[in-house]
Amino acid sequence: MSVNFLISQAKNIQIVIDENASEIEVLDQNIGDGDHIFNIQRGLKLVVELEDTIKDMPIDKALNMIAMKVLSGIGGSSGALFGTFFMSMAKTPNLDKNINFNKACEMIINGIQAMKDRGKAGVGEKTMMDVLIPVSDKLKDIKDNNEIEQGLNDIIKIAKDRMLATKDMICTKGRASFLGERAKGHIDPGARSSQLIIETICKSVINQ
Amino acid sequence: MKKFINKTDDFLKESLEGFGKAHSDIIEIKFDPNFISRKHKTKEGKVSLISGGGSGHEPMHGGFVGHGMLDAACPGFVFSAPSPDQMMAAAEHVDSGAGVLFIVKNYSGDIMNFQMGAEMYSQKSDSIITNDDVAVEDSTFTTGRRGVAATVLVEKIVGSLAEDGGSLEKCKKLGEKVNESAGTMGVAFTSCTTPEAGKPTFDISSDEMEFGVGIHGEPGRKREKIQSSKKIVGNILDAILDDLKPENNEKTLLFVNGMGGTPLTELYLVYDDACQILKTKGIEVTKSLVGNYCTSLEMQGASITLLKCDEEILKHWDSPVHTAAMRWGM
Repeated sequence: MSVNFLISQAKNIQIVIDENASEIEVLDQNIGDGDHIFNIQRGLKLVVELEDTIKDMPIDKALNMIAMKVLSGIGGSSGALFGTFFMSMAKTPNLDKNINFNKACEMIINGIQAMKDRGKAGVGEKTMMDVLIPVSDKLKDIKDNNEIEQGLNDIIKIAKDRMLATKDMICTKGRASFLGERAKGHIDPGARSSQLIIETICKSVINQ
Repeated sequence: MKKFINKTDDFLKESLEGFGKAHSDIIEIKFDPNFISRKHKTKEGKVSLISGGGSGHEPMHGGFVGHGMLDAACPGFVFSAPSPDQMMAAAEHVDSGAGVLFIVKNYSGDIMNFQMGAEMYSQKSDSIITNDDVAVEDSTFTTGRRGVAATVLVEKIVGSLAEDGGSLEKCKKLGEKVNESAGTMGVAFTSCTTPEAGKPTFDISSDEMEFGVGIHGEPGRKREKIQSSKKIVGNILDAILDDLKPENNEKTLLFVNGMGGTPLTELYLVYDDACQILKTKGIEVTKSLVGNYCTSLEMQGASITLLKCDEEILKHWDSPVHTAAMRWGM
């Protein structure tokens, strides 16, 4: 992983999120207040705009810069959660050496754990964590067993299955929790955007 | 969508600029990070009160910055929580050595961002979480009840105690008492439209209302056919009284709050209905507040808040206040 990798992924993700924006917006209007897609789009735009500022920085400094930009530029739950994600990635030890696949996995696992602590949400609560926690668990497996391509394909599938599974859940966190049973039958918008992000990154790593 | 907008991206900044100019005698606006603070710093040793939340609920919270209420307010984007750097900058700007009390409405995003702000701020701070909306069951299956209009009352009453020199601990305790003594429930006749979305947050027929609606247009308890004001008000008060369980002849403050799109004529009619119903139930309305204080953009609808008042609460309610949206006694 490198700063260039982060920027190119942000650009890839931006394209995919834009393509699926109206779907995510509708999902959020069904069970939330409709701001999730705009927050994600604003955050991605800010990260992409950082390119010239961060491209020559060490990765931990670049990640902290991204974290502050995301925190202040997005706001809402997404800002706090993604800001926490990047900050915790930056805290992973030994980032001054070459960052191989295993190290990158460790960074992402740390980031997702911190999001889990910040949002106090686990699996089954109809949030983005329904996708991210199983993805993080699978990353631990891949890291230990060294089957990168198969592992990433598995992750794409896990993310999709878990995203779809949020449809039948009752929400216990965030705005949608106020709906009770009425939230059933709708996929969680945060789970959908997270799944799209995971799929985009995995596909691009497989094709490298 | 029909709104006064130049560019969607500039919506919040331009609105804040106007707010700053219109009330330049009371407040000042700081940008990047955005916060609203009192024009004149208060005396040393006064606990500083900071609130904030998504924009779109004006005059909450910026309209409550000034003598007797808040020291600063942090506006997020429309219906999105503000970010920790705003809270940190506001705290650094207003803290006069007695600590900072954050007043936070109970939403996941607000809680997380205020928590991070407090973690990043190195001086003494504490927070109050408001959750007065009785429309939502407080159970392990929800984030908890939503913080809505009673937040205005918390800010006024705690603001007065802070002005009198109350400690951080005492301010927090009074704020929690006010929050626990208050219950709110709202109804919506129409949706609101956020500038970014450009279309209504929810669909609702011209003869329907959302009973128990949230201040971001979140659904409430149920969707119903519209009824007479007396029936609607009666149902709202039943839900509130069921939760608050006031004593016979207990003194109360009755707060009828507009959601932004309902005229004052209707709000006063609602106030009258509420007074009549409360009288039959043996509840004494001692204090009143009627107007648009905790809004949901242009939504048509209203919420009713009932606050049980002891002598301490009454005293701090009556004390002088001078903010953009609330002013009496000075």
